[in-house]
Amino acid sequence: MSQPQSPTKTSEVVIISEVDRYFAREVNRRSHTDLNRCYQCRSCGNGCPFVESMDYPPYGVIRLVQYGLRQKALECATIWICVSCHTCSSQCPNAIDIAAIMDTLRSLALEERAAIAAPDILAFHLEVLRSIERYGRTHKLGIMLRHKLLTGQWFKDVDVGLRMLSRRKLDLMPSRVKAVNEINRLFLPYWRVKPR
Amino acid sequence: MNSPESLEFSYFPGCSIATTAMESNYSLMQSCHILGIHLQELEDWNCCGSSSAYSLDPELGFNLSARNLSLAPPDRPLLVMCPRCLHHLRHTHLDMQQDPHIRRAQERRWGRPIPPDLEIIHFLEALVRFGLGNLKKGAARSLNGLKFVPYYGCTLFRPPALQRQKYYQAEMENILAALEGKPVHGAYNYRCCGSFLSAVRPETVTSLVNEIIGSAVAAGADCLVTSCAMCQLNLEVRCTATRKLPIFHFSEILALALGAKDYEDWFTRHLVDPRPLLEDLGLIGPPLLPRVP
Ligand code: SF4
Ligand code: SF4
Repeated sequence: MSQPQSPTKTSEVVIISEVDRYFAREVNRRSHTDLNRCYQCRSCGNGCPFVESMDYPPYGVIRLVQYGLRQKALECATIWICVSCHTCSSQCPNAIDIAAIMDTLRSLALEERAAIAAPDILAFHLEVLRSIERYGRTHKLGIMLRHKLLTGQWFKDVDVGLRMLSRRKLDLMPSRVKAVNEINRLFLPYWRVKPR
Repeated sequence: MNSPESLEFSYFPGCSIATTAMESNYSLMQSCHILGIHLQELEDWNCCGSSSAYSLDPELGFNLSARNLSLAPPDRPLLVMCPRCLHHLRHTHLDMQQDPHIRRAQERRWGRPIPPDLEIIHFLEALVRFGLGNLKKGAARSLNGLKFVPYYGCTLFRPPALQRQKYYQAEMENILAALEGKPVHGAYNYRCCGSFLSAVRPETVTSLVNEIIGSAVAAGADCLVTSCAMCQLNLEVRCTATRKLPIFHFSEILALALGAKDYEDWFTRHLVDPRPLLEDLGLIGPPLLPRVP
């Protein structure tokens, strides 16, 4: 298996004056886990089903955070490839919630307008959120169609879409939450929400 | 489960079950009907946040899950069909149990109480409580040695915060073996199905799914049975191997063994037609109408 390299293995130079000394603390606080417990045993890299599609293995991302390499961590593809399957944390001897760390790094990347390494995956998530905002539920057909339109990848996958449609796997009418205003509110800053 | 009240549940279907995997919902309803388990759909439930809300904005995911909990009646357990929704709802509920301030803030947000002792369980757990003995008594047909891989994907891998919680999800093989199916071991039962990457990075997921199906073929299985609707879809849609295997929702096989009759409606919705296999085993009758290929 061709695993991506850990940053500790490369000959890259880490310039101490440029590292963010508070980065690990910030990530720990937001993800409610303790990545300082990671001693780089690399079990997480062996377990992760998607490690071959990543630029850093999961322990590599943790290393970036430990070293305070903020920009590298926020701009890597791994945080977008991760599907939060928790295969890694179930094998981690230190019970580190690696998926929660990935969640945190993704949120930080968005907040700080960092370069997004996998814009296709971000576009997909945004479509899902749009569906939740509008209907309160995810609506598979709408998401797939819009995602294909946005990324221009529909034809690549047209076969599967049509097969799913023909078996009525994709419903045409979205079912929606009745009190959808309760859901909409979650997408607004509190000072924009009209009083009940 | 001795008193009849304890077979009352509120029911959270989740988005995939309500849309792409309706056959899972139908067969679940059939099974429950036959067993006398009463499900009351959670009034006006919403998406638990799915991977996307948690990926981009964990707080939004938390709020979405909390709204569902604010809709749950306090007097009965909440039964959840999708293993991912189950994790999200349980995790949210646990956070609110550990910190009543968080719960109160959510109660203010929704203007509804959130039951602090609400039990949130998976369908498999309800069956374990129902008892294998009772289940066998309710069975209408034997599964005739149907060789299946109990496929869990990542559904048993929990975030560390939930690791001390009680779970009875690894029960598919026990239940189906009691109904005379034959579990096959040695396949990649716990390899993740690819989740949302199936929509965005099909190539990545195709090679993964082919490995999983290939391992099931090598282990001598006739089919895979899964408790997660997303796994079922990904394993069907992304398999490009020449030898494909039918992928069942757990509830379909259960309902079949319990004697449900409307299986044609569910099985026509599969992308890999499972009917020839089931006919060979004598589990279903010959087709009423000629099949469209
Ligand atoms: S398994 Fe845990 S301790 Fe080992 S490298 Fe991964 S995160 Fe670190
Ligand atoms: S949670 Fe993410 S990093 Fe961990 S095994 Fe799953 S995909 Fe890999």
